[in-house]
Formats: sequence, C-alpha cells, structure tokens
Amino acid sequence: MAQQGGSSSSGGGGSLNVSPMKPLASLKVLVVDDEPMMRTIHKAQLVRAGINDVEVAANGKDAVDLHVNGATFDLILMDLHMPIMDGCQATKELRAMGVKSSIVGVTSSGGAEKTAFLASGLDDCVSKPFVLQQIAHYLKVPRSPTNPPKYHNP
Amino acid sequence: MDRNQSHRQVATMKQSLFDQGYLDHEQFNQLEELQDDANPNFVEEVVTLYYRDSARLVHSIEQALEKSPIDFNKLDSYMHQFRGSSSSIGAKKVKAECSLFREYCRAGNGEGCMRTFQQVKKEYTALRKKLETFFQLARQAGPVDRARRPK
Repeated sequence: MAQQGGSSSSGGGGSLNVSPMKPLASLKVLVVDDEPMMRTIHKAQLVRAGINDVEVAANGKDAVDLHVNGATFDLILMDLHMPIMDGCQATKELRAMGVKSSIVGVTSSGGAEKTAFLASGLDDCVSKPFVLQQIAHYLKVPRSPTNPPKYHNP
Repeated sequence: MDRNQSHRQVATMKQSLFDQGYLDHEQFNQLEELQDDANPNFVEEVVTLYYRDSARLVHSIEQALEKSPIDFNKLDSYMHQFRGSSSSIGAKKVKAECSLFREYCRAGNGEGCMRTFQQVKKEYTALRKKLETFFQLARQAGPVDRARRPK
C-alpha cells in the first residue's frame, strides 16, 4: 500500500504522519473472526459504509497466510479468541512480517487479556460488535507505513 | 389481512420483544439498519447463524459440565463466546444469564453453573421460539414498500 507523506500532527502515541484520505470504495479491509455470524455482521457494516473490498478469514493463521501469499489490506479487524491461531499471535506474526496495515482488535475481553492484545501490535481495540464510528478514524486515515502501531511494545 | 395490517402486527410483535426484555432495542435496530433491498433477509440470516453457533456452544458446555473435575476455564471460555454472540443480536435475557453463569465459573461453583445453565437454555429456547414466530410473520407480511425513484 503506497502512502504519501502528509502534514504531521502529534497524536496520543507520539508523532503521526497523516496520510491523504483514500476513497472508502478503494479501501481493502480484512475481517478476522472465527464466528460466521460476526464475520457476516462486520462485513455488512463495512459494505454499508461504502467499502466493497472486504475479505474474511476464520482464524489468525488464515489471516497470516493471506499476507504470506501477497495480500495487503488498509485495515485488519482482528478478533482475539480464535482456534488454530488467536488474534494476539496473528498480530505479532503480521508485525514481525513487516505488515504496516492498521490492525484494530475487536473483542469483548477486558483487563490483562485486552492489555496483552493491544501490546501485540494493535493500533486500537474496540468492543464486539463494533459500531462503525469506533473504527471511522482508521477508515479515513489508513496508517502510514512509517508510523508505528499505537500500542506496540516489541 | 391486508399488508399494512400485517406490517403493523410485525411492528407490534417486535416492540413486545423489546418491552418484555428479550431483545435489546439498540442492538437489534443496528442489525435491521444493515438490511436493505440487496440483503432483504439479513437479520434472519444473522439470527440463523446465531442459532447454529449457540447449538454448538450449548453442546460444548453440556459436555464440559459432565466432566469431573469441571474445567471452569474452559466453561468460562465457552460462555464468554455465547454471551458475545447473544449480545451481538441483542439477546438481552440470554446475555444476562450467561453473565451470571460466568460469575459461578469464576467462583468455581459447579452447582451454580449447572443451575444457571438451565436458565441460559430456558431463556435461549424462549427467545428462539419468539424470533421464529417473528420472522415467520415478517416473511408473510413481505418487505416494507420503499418509495419508487422517478425514471
């Protein structure tokens, strides 16, 4: 995903390179969740918002494999508890691979679990099911590849 | 019964589901907002997926409760999922019973878990019956007429 540098402004996590806004219709989003119902709801929310390119994965490993095979996304919505590979592990692996997409965790877990999830390399974490306003920022401003994830503690 | 009457009946039934606490008004409306001409049965499709998820989780929980000693972490994990998916369709009473079950899990109280699980199943069954009636009515009533665009 090519990103052009824009004006800088400081955000909560340090300096933030704000990229020019991409039209919603041109965004590619990946929804990672083991529950068919949640994938259906989240995909419908995104399509309703005007995003036509929404891919889904049923677990963290499938999400990682998509990237190994060359797929790129502007935004990844990552569930936490999934079989085979959970969201925490998947996020760590994606970041280790050099994936710079915005990754937003979607979970109803709290406390230490949520903290660990955030620290795995997320840009944010929202409750499940999310409302579009919670991720609107990441739809309007895909993260610049030079900008580190907000909560990442490598 | 004419169409307007049918639609009123559907609306009345939906309101009663909200009023009786079966469904969360806000959450269910969010699902309905995703329903349109391109996805005219979206809500029913989502609820059908909920039934499938629920059947799997209920079975897993039943099996976990039969084991000795009880693995409360596993039970809690299953119920966390069930609570989450119930919350997603606005299944208020089911969600509340799931929360109570999780409290007993965390307390390591097997009896409490078994007792509450019966309540979870009771609320789930009651909701499912009402939703099945609701969607049957909605199908009979047909889609709500949308304003035609001028050619």
